[in-house]
Amino acid sequence: MPAPQLPGGPHQTGRRVLVTGLGTFWGGRIAQALEADPTVDVIIGLDTTEPTVELERTEYVRVDANYSILAKIVRATRVDTIIHTFLVVDPTQMSKRAMHEVNVIGTMNLFAAASAPDSTVRNVIVKSATAVYGCGPEDPTWFTEDTPPSRALRRPVERSLDQVEGYVRDFAEDNPHVVVSLLRFSNVIGSEIVTPLTRALELPLVPSMFGFDPRFQFVHEDDVVRSILFVLDHNLSGVYNVAGDGLLPWTEVASLCGKSTFPLPPYISDALLWPVKRLGIVDLPEEYLNLLRFGRGVDNRKLKDAGFEYDYTSAQSVKAFIEAVRLRKTIGNNTPSYSYERDVEQFFRHSPSVVREAPAYDRRRSDT
Amino acid sequence: MAASRSPRQTATTGKAATPRPTATRRRASPKVSTITAVNARAAKAASGSLDLVHVPAAKPAPARPRLDDDATIRHGDVDEWGRSERMRALARQVYDPLYSKWFRVEWEGLEKIPANGGALLVANHAGAIPSDAPVIMHGIEKELERPVYGLADYFFRKVPVLGTMWSRLGGLPAHPDNAYRLLREQKQLVLVFPEGTKGPSKHASERYQLARFGRGGFVEIAMRAGVPVIPIAVVGAEESMPIIAKLPSVAKAAGLPYMPVTANMMALGPLGLVGYFPAKFKLRVLDPVYFNVEPDQERYSKSRIMDESEKIRDHIQTELYDMLRERRSIWFG
Repeated sequence: MPAPQLPGGPHQTGRRVLVTGLGTFWGGRIAQALEADPTVDVIIGLDTTEPTVELERTEYVRVDANYSILAKIVRATRVDTIIHTFLVVDPTQMSKRAMHEVNVIGTMNLFAAASAPDSTVRNVIVKSATAVYGCGPEDPTWFTEDTPPSRALRRPVERSLDQVEGYVRDFAEDNPHVVVSLLRFSNVIGSEIVTPLTRALELPLVPSMFGFDPRFQFVHEDDVVRSILFVLDHNLSGVYNVAGDGLLPWTEVASLCGKSTFPLPPYISDALLWPVKRLGIVDLPEEYLNLLRFGRGVDNRKLKDAGFEYDYTSAQSVKAFIEAVRLRKTIGNNTPSYSYERDVEQFFRHSPSVVREAPAYDRRRSDT
Repeated sequence: MAASRSPRQTATTGKAATPRPTATRRRASPKVSTITAVNARAAKAASGSLDLVHVPAAKPAPARPRLDDDATIRHGDVDEWGRSERMRALARQVYDPLYSKWFRVEWEGLEKIPANGGALLVANHAGAIPSDAPVIMHGIEKELERPVYGLADYFFRKVPVLGTMWSRLGGLPAHPDNAYRLLREQKQLVLVFPEGTKGPSKHASERYQLARFGRGGFVEIAMRAGVPVIPIAVVGAEESMPIIAKLPSVAKAAGLPYMPVTANMMALGPLGLVGYFPAKFKLRVLDPVYFNVEPDQERYSKSRIMDESEKIRDHIQTELYDMLRERRSIWFG
C-alpha cells in the first residue's frame, strides 16, 4: 500500500487523532501516550463510558456502543488518524451479542465514516488480537501474519475479530490513499491489565489441563502501547503480530508466579466449568481452555524488521506481572488520589475568572 | 485481553478521573459532546495570558526498563518447540538399555549425517507403536551429540500426558512452517517419516513394503530450506511390534488413526501394548540427496518434487531388500 503524505503533511500541522474506546484500558493508555507527543495536536476519544485514566488534553465524546454517530464526528473534527482500540477480545467482558455490536458493527460504522467521500482520514490503526489465528492441535508453532487459521474459527470472539479484519481489508483496498495497519496482539500481561489469564495466575492454584503443558506467549502492556505509537510514527501499513520473544510452558508460567497448577480434566468444557464461574473463582471460556491445551505462538519478526524493539520478552512480561502483583499485595491499590496541583490546573483551564485570549482551539482548527 | 475494562483499573484510577466542570452539560446531551478540555498547546501558542495557563511539559520518553535476561528468569529449559534437553537427557538414560541391550542397534554410514547444518532425515516407518523414531533420535543424539526433532502427526498433540511427553522429547506437529524454520533458520536435524500413519498401520504381511511417500511435501520443504534429504533404511522395527489384525470400528469409536491387534498382545497379553519384541535393529544411512535448487522459492516444480520423492522411496526400498537379503535372523541380525 502506498503511504502518501497529505500536501503539507499531517506532521507539519500536527496530527488530529481519534481514539476509540477511550474508557477502556487501551484507549486511555494510548491517549495518555499521545498527549505526551508534541506532534499530536488534537486527541478525541470516543467511548460509551467515561475515561478512567487521567487525561490532560484529550476530548472525550460519549457515543453509543456501535458508533452510529461517528460519521458526523469524523466530519466535524476533521481527524486524520483513527486508532481503533475498542475491540473486545476478552469474552468474559460481555455477551456474545454485545460483543458483536461493539466489534463488528462498531468497526463497520467506523470505516463507513472514515471512507466518506470528504473524509480527511489518512491513517488507521486497528488493534486486533492473535485470537484470529484460532487455536488447535494442527497449528504451527509460530503463526506468521500470512498463516491462515488451521481450522474454521468457531468461537464468537475469533469470528467477530475475523469479521472486523475483513472490514479492515476491504477498507484498505477501497482507500489506497489511507495507511491502514492492523496489529494482532498476543496475550497481554503486565502490571495493570486484567485478563482471564492474569486472573487465573492470581489464584492460589493456577488452573491447567491435565496432561497438557502448552507454550504461551505474552506481550507486555507497555510494548502494546509503544507498538501502536511506533506504527503511527513510522506510517507502517499492513498486518503485524505483536508479541514478546519466546514461548513458556504454562507450568513454567505458573512457577514463575510462584504457584502450583491445579489440573482440570482434559476434556472439560466451559459449560462444565459453569459452577466454578458462578462461584466467582475463575471464568475460563472455551478459547482459553483451548489455549491451555495447545497454546499459541506468533512470529513477531515482521514488526521487529520494521524497526520496533520490544522492551519485554514473554518471560520478562510475566516477571513484571508477578512483581506488580507482589507490590499490590503489600501496598494495596493506593495511588495518590488527591493532588491539589491538578485542581489548580483545572481552575486555570476552565474557570471563567482566568483571563484567556479568544478561543485558541477554534482558531487553530480553522487554520487546517 | 485487550479492551479490558478492569475492576482493578477502575479501582486504582477511578478517583483520578477528575470531574470536569462541564460534566453536567455533557450528561444533558450524552451523544454529542462539548469540548471538555482546552487544547493547552494551542492555547499556549495563541494566548497572551500565557503564564496563567499551565502547560504540561511533554514527558520525556521513559527509559527502557532494565530487566534480567530470559536465561536468569526462566525456570525450565523447554525450547520454542517444546523440547527440553533435561527431559531428553533423562529419557536417554532410561532408554539406552532398550537401545543397546534389547534392540542392539547397529548403524551403518552414520558419518553421512552432518555434524552441523540442517538436514532432513527420512526413514521408513513401522511397528504398531513405531519403535524406529526413538531409535533414530536416540542413536543420533548419542553418536553425534546433536538434537533431532521428530515431525509427526498432530494427533499426538491431542493426547493428554503422551502428547506433552512427546513434545518434551523433541516431537512436534509436521507443519511445513515448523520444518522450514527448524531446517533453514535453526539448521537442525529433522526426522520425518513420509509414509505417515500408512507405514506403522500396515499388516505384518506387508512388512518392508514402503507405502506411498505422502505428496512429496518433504522434498519441497528440503528444497525451500536448502538442505539435503538424508534417507535412512531401518530393519527391525517391523518385527518389534507386528500387526496381525486391525479393528477399524474400534479405531473410529476411539478417534485413533488405527487400532491394531499385535503379535505382542497375543504373546504377552496386556503387556504387549507396550512391550516390544527384541528384534535386531540395523540402520543404514544412505547418501544425502542434494537438489541444487534455489531455496526460499514460492513454488517448485511439482513433477520434479514427485520424481525426487519417488527416487528416494525407491532407494530406501532397494536398500531394505538388500539388507533383508543379508539378514539371517530376525532376532540376531
